[in-house]
Formats: sequence, structure tokens, C-alpha cells
Amino acid sequence: MSLLGEDYTTEEGEFVINIGPQHPSTHGVLHLKVWLDGETIKKVQPHLGYIHRSIEKMSESLSYRNFIYATSRMDYLSAHINNQACALCVEKGLQIEAPPRAQMIRIILAELTRLASHQLWWGCTGLDLGAVSPFFYAFREREAILEIMEETCGARLTQNFCVPGGIMADIHPNFQKRTKDVLKQIKSKFQEYDDVLTGNVIFENRNKNVGFLTAEDAISFGCTGPMARGSGVSCDVRKWFPYDGYDKVQFDEVLGKEGDCFSRYMVRMNEMKQSVSIIEQLIDNIPEGDFQAKTKMVLKLPKGEFYQRVETARGELGVFIVSDGAASPYRIKYRSPNFSNLSALDHVARGYKIGDLVAIMSTIDLIIPDVDR
Amino acid sequence: MNLLLTISFSSVASGIHNWLVSTIPNELLAKSVEMVIAGICLLLFLVPLCFILGYMERKVAGFMQMRYGPNRVGPYGSLQIVADTVKLVMKEGLTPTGSDKFLFNLAPVIMVVTCMLVLAPIAFAKDFQIWDINIGVLYVSAISSLAVIGILMAGWSSYNKYSLLGAMRSGAQIVSYELSVGLSLISIVILTGSLKMSDIVMSQETGWWIIRGHIPVIISFVIFVIASTAEINRAPFDLAEAEQELTAGFHTEYAGMKFAMFLLAEYINLFIVSAIAATLFLGGWMPFHIGHWQEFNHIMDFVPSSLWFLGKTFFIIFIIMQFRWTFPRLRVDQLLTLEWKYLLPISMVNTILVTVMAIMGWHF
Amino acid sequence: MFLTDYIRTVYKGVRSLLTGMKTTGYYFTHARKEIKTEEYPDNRATLTMFDRFKGEVVMPHDENNEHRCTGCQACEIACPNGTIKIITKQELQPDGKKKKAIDTFVYHLELCTMCNLCVVACPSDAIKMAQTFEHSVYDKKQLKKVLNNPGSKIMEGVE
Repeated sequence: MSLLGEDYTTEEGEFVINIGPQHPSTHGVLHLKVWLDGETIKKVQPHLGYIHRSIEKMSESLSYRNFIYATSRMDYLSAHINNQACALCVEKGLQIEAPPRAQMIRIILAELTRLASHQLWWGCTGLDLGAVSPFFYAFREREAILEIMEETCGARLTQNFCVPGGIMADIHPNFQKRTKDVLKQIKSKFQEYDDVLTGNVIFENRNKNVGFLTAEDAISFGCTGPMARGSGVSCDVRKWFPYDGYDKVQFDEVLGKEGDCFSRYMVRMNEMKQSVSIIEQLIDNIPEGDFQAKTKMVLKLPKGEFYQRVETARGELGVFIVSDGAASPYRIKYRSPNFSNLSALDHVARGYKIGDLVAIMSTIDLIIPDVDR
Repeated sequence: MNLLLTISFSSVASGIHNWLVSTIPNELLAKSVEMVIAGICLLLFLVPLCFILGYMERKVAGFMQMRYGPNRVGPYGSLQIVADTVKLVMKEGLTPTGSDKFLFNLAPVIMVVTCMLVLAPIAFAKDFQIWDINIGVLYVSAISSLAVIGILMAGWSSYNKYSLLGAMRSGAQIVSYELSVGLSLISIVILTGSLKMSDIVMSQETGWWIIRGHIPVIISFVIFVIASTAEINRAPFDLAEAEQELTAGFHTEYAGMKFAMFLLAEYINLFIVSAIAATLFLGGWMPFHIGHWQEFNHIMDFVPSSLWFLGKTFFIIFIIMQFRWTFPRLRVDQLLTLEWKYLLPISMVNTILVTVMAIMGWHF
Repeated sequence: MFLTDYIRTVYKGVRSLLTGMKTTGYYFTHARKEIKTEEYPDNRATLTMFDRFKGEVVMPHDENNEHRCTGCQACEIACPNGTIKIITKQELQPDGKKKKAIDTFVYHLELCTMCNLCVVACPSDAIKMAQTFEHSVYDKKQLKKVLNNPGSKIMEGVE
């Protein structure tokens, strides 16, 4: 029909472009097929599977101690929380509980993970919208948190610190001091985050009144985490189904109202402050005692089905184990938050511009390996 | 010291001119040789300029992001950009199969040629100008709007959907921001009463317009900087490129030397808008003069006029670079909203204010 | 009314932009203090890793070329990736009894995910994590390592 050829448009005259699998703003190998009318999005179709590693099937051949390490590679920014979920699920099956010291260290590390993850997200949001410098400011604080992880867990990203019955080793002697220093640093930088991005008029205009998701839709798409809380759905697993002693901690569940990109943004920004306050409550009160419960050499779960949910940085992660009484699980299913959140993308993005698609994707905060597993 | 001052660019230039006219009998031939020399000088000036700007941009970005910037090749990484240029020249200049080959190869040339044309009426130092045309400001605003043709051509001929989207965005953007640029230039033309660049510079002998012209000129200066940032497609208005949305926009398919030409054009454009802003609002090569304080003005004259010009230009270049590394990108409709709802009405009202000021003689 | 709103919008917008520029301007002017870059290959001499950093599995030997590995294969079972292969042999004790001992302790670094499970599983603390991290090689075969030194034997008293 023209210089651009037939394959460029559909019969209705819509322009079809493929965003990804290699694209600066898809944060990994997500492939979005987008139908456009000019700049306006008509339809978005995510194509998955570019980084499927079959973690669920692989786990079926591993013992209950061994399969946990693989979950670090799902949502690699909340690796510790993933490990925690698996450890909790196995503990549920064994009907044991981690000692109080182990529980508290677990949730301190989980909140640090959440902070680090949200910080990376904050930097990437800036980067996606074209502001490059915030990315580096966010990485400075994230780096400090990762150093805590490295000192205590021995790894920066894929910690594998949780074992069924507790944690792998006791905390490093420097842990408390270093954590307090980092918290002080982070708290002093919140104002800078607001200066450089939150309050910026261009940033506000890019995010406000964009990507609306109503509470009803959030529930029906199965959205969880900051994505649903931005629409005002109270779904924090830490509040509703407390695990590892979250019921003893004082914190607020951050809820948004409007359900647009900016309210999702603000939910995450305020969650960072909540995480800081949680760690501050706990860091000086770590009880003495064992860091690991006594477990048998070979773990065997009784016959039955076990489900455990936790709140990762992106939403609700569910671990479902079916056991036939053997030393390795009969079937494992992960209910990953990103997969459900991604399903709402088409609904949220319709009718907005291409630039908005980038803003919407960055506030959904997708981790593609968690979608594909 | 005195010797250094007397050997200015102008005396060198007029010396060459006189020598050429006296040695070559044919006047036309002498003029053409002079033009060729001027062109070569321009190229010799532009390529190092782009190296400096590229290096400066990386260092500015690095320091703003708590990094060193380039620091491996050469002293303080200063040769990094040379190495990059060598790499770009060595690379294969790929032309996609489905593209319109003629337009695809022509587009980068048009980009470079248009921005080099705009350099003609800019006064680099005292009496040192390639072409002191009597409609200098009009010439600048007319030629600089031709750049959009290069972008549209590149985007259309690439046979790539991202490129096409980027080019179409750029078309709307440059056409609208042209208005604000024109109106803010006009405010100085009103005050000066001349379109000639040398007249505009000379009119600031008793003080730069930004100081003499009160708030209206400051407003038009700000509008000029914002609108011209949009016109040269730099962040936060780099919608034609929009890395996070359109991967690289109109130059997605370009590689090697052709891509380098786009880069060259971007930096020359950056220099040009800064030079024009410096000439019109900050007095060009004119040293910092205050009214009729003869002694103070005389001390200021000791600094060579070319340094004054380059200093002011690089100050504005730095501000535009800081825009790029601080702000998020606008969305395409917000870009047009900014122009038609904010910049244009404000600059229209501002033009009236400047006119009243000029008629009543309220400026210093 | 419209005009005041308009002016307020413009004022707020310009102010927020200037606040952002102040922040980046601060980092530009205080670059010497704020730069966080670690110049990695240059700072090799001073670079120290955290003592728990999981770089690779090693088997410490003492000055008599003795290690603590009994060849119980607990690590081999604990490893989720099949990284460790232990080849055992029967060794004749001075008192005439035969005892199981390791012949070669093969460690495939290319398969290892540094999960630390083998170190935790080891009952005699024979292996531990080293803090090295520069593992790049040109040939994949070089990543297959034998951890016990040639001619080494088990330490006295380790069962």
C-alpha cells in the first residue's frame, strides 16, 4: 500500500509494533505486541516464555532443603523473601517453627530486601521516564543495603539464607551497626528523592491521571502488592496473614486512592518509609537464642497439601507444595505476583499513549523471570 | 600583552583577504578561494568543538551522577570521544533492505548541512563573522527550521516503525516550538531595531540586554532556552529519540558514520542555539560593560572578545546539559500543551511588554 | 480567577524544576566528595571482600598437606546442581583395617550457584567458601577443579 508495505498495519488501519523482547523499558525479555492508532494504544498483548527455566518442575526432583535456592532466581529483587516463603511452607509441613531469633532476623532481612527492591524500582521509574540521574542516586542506597546482605548472607542478590527451621548462619557481628548506619543514610535521602522526582512537575504530569485501575478490576485480575494497594485494595499479607512474627510489629498498610500511576508510585515511596520503621523497631530487640530449629538430616513432609503466602516487594507470593510423603515434593506451584499483575496490563494501558505504557509498566514494576519462572 | 591584543581574529582575516585580492587578479576567483578557506576553517573548528562538547557532556553527566565519567583513554579520559569517533568511522554503514536508499543516505547530510549553514551569521569574536547578513536573525530562524526535514526523511526512509513514530513526533514538535523561538528573538529585535547580528551585539555596548531589559527580557531568555532545547530535540524534549519508548527514534537504523553525522549535527545545533542565546541576550563577544563606567569597561576589554563569546556560550550549553540529566521526558501531548498553553501565550504577552518598554524607553 | 490559577501553575512548575536542578547542581559542584565509583581493576591491591562472601568452594589443607575430608559424600547429596563428585578409595590403616578415604574431590565451578548448602552439610568442616571472585577463564575445562591436593591425606583424628 505504501512505502511501509502491507505488513505494517492491520485491516482496520492500526499500526502494530513489537516492544521487546529486547527493549530498554521492558526490564528483561518481555515481549509486548502493541496495536496503535497514531500514538494511542488500542491493545497490548504480552508474549511470555523467553526466560522460562522450569523452576517448578526442577524443584520436584530436589529435596526439601535443596529446592529453596532456585527460588532466588524467580523474583531476583526479593530473593530473600522468596526463600523465606519456601522455608515457611516446608516448616508448615514439618509442623515446626523457627526460633524467635531466626524469625526476627528473617523479617529484618525481608524488609531490607523490600527497601532495596523499591529503591531499584524508584531508579528505574526515573530512567523509564527519561530522568537518568535518579537511577544513580537510588543505586547508592541500594548498594549500602546489598553490602549488609553480602556481609551477613555472603551474597548480594541470591542470598539463599533461609533454610527450613531458621536461617543458615547467625548474623554477622557488624550487622546491627551497619544496618543502623544504612537506615540513617536512607532516611536522610528521602527528601532528595522528592526533590528530584516526586515533586517534579514533568514527572507528576506523566504519572497523574494515567493508567487507572479500579479496585474491582484489581481484585478480578488478581493484582496484589503495591499495584492493588494503589487502587485502595487492602491486601497486605503481612497484615492479613502474619507470618514470622509480623503480628508483633507496628506498621501501617499503605493504601492509595486513585489507582493511577502516581498513587502506585506513592504507595511504594511510603512503603519504603514503613520498612525503615519496621527495621528500626526490630534491630535493637533481636532476642537471644538459636538461629535454627533442630531438624532431621533428610526432611520428609507428611502426605498432604501445604500453602504459604508471603508479601514480596511486588505482591503476594504463594508457595503450594503437594507432598506424597517422599523426600522431595510431588508437585510445587508458585503463585507469583508479577504474572497476575502483568495480566492487568492490557486493561490498564488501553487508550493511553506509548509514553504512558512505559510509565504504567514501570509502576507495575515487572520482573520478567518471575513471570516466566 | 599589547601585541597579543592587537593580533585579533579580525586582523588575521582581513590580512588574508587583502593578500588574496592582491595576489589573485580575478576578483571572483579570489572570493571563491576565500570562501573555501573559510569553509575549511569552519570544519576545523567544528570537529574539535564536537569532541569538546561530547567530552563535556559525558563529564557533566558523570559528575551529576556520582561517577567519574570517561577516565581511561588519554589524560582524564579526554581522548575517549576520539576513540569513539574512530570506532564509528570503522563501523559498517548499514542500509536496511526495505529502506529508501537515496533518502536514507541523504538525511544525515541534510542534518549536518543545515546546522552548518546557521553558523554563518554568528559573530565568534569582534569583527570576526563569516557572513554579516543584514537579516541575520531571520536567516537563523529560517534555516534552523529546515532540520526537521532531515529528521522526517530519516524516519520515513528507514522502513522501521519506531523511526516513523519518532519522525512524526518530531515534526509536530519543531513546527510548534518554532513560534516561541521566533517570538523571543523578536523581543530583542524590537529593542535593537535591527536584524543584523553585528548591530545587535554593538547595541549591547552599555550593558547586556538581559540586564538592561528588566524582567521581560529575562522571561524571553528563559523561553528561548526552553523552546530551543525542544527545537534541537534534546532531553527533556527528546521525543523523536525517546530511548525508553522508541529505542532510538528516527535514527534507530543508522550505524557507523551516518549515525556519527546525526551526533555531529546534534552537538553543532547545541552550540548554535547557545551561541544565539549568548549573542542576543548576553551580548555575544561584547565584554561585561556597565553603563558609562569607562575604567571598568576598559578593564573588561582586556579579556579577548572570543573568550567572552565562548564563555557565555558554554555557560548556556551547561544549563541545557543540566536539563538533560535532571528532568524526565515529557509526553507527546504534554509537549504540545506546554507550547500552546504556556510558552506561546506568555511570550505573546511578553512581546507586548517589550514593545511598550522599547517605545517608552524604559530600559537602561 | 483563571489567571491566578494559571500563574500559580507556572510558578509551581518552574519551582519544582529548579529544585530538581539544585539537586543535580549540588552533585556536580560537590563531585569530588560525592563520587562513589570503585575503580575496580585498579583497586585490586586494597580490595577486601567480606569474610562470608561466597566465591567458590575450597578445601583447606594444613602445613602437613592434610585435609579434613572423610569422603562421606554429604556435600555431594546436599548439592542441588551436581556440582560435587567425590571418588573414594579404600585405604589400608596401620592397624590393618581398611578405611574409606577420598581419592579425588571434583568440583565443577561452572555448575556452582554458591548456595552454601554443601558447606552447611559437611559434618567435619572439610570445605569452606573462599572469597575469590575472578573466575573467568578462556576454556570451560579449567573450571573443573580437584580440591584435594595431590598426595594429601586426612587429618589425624577426624572421623
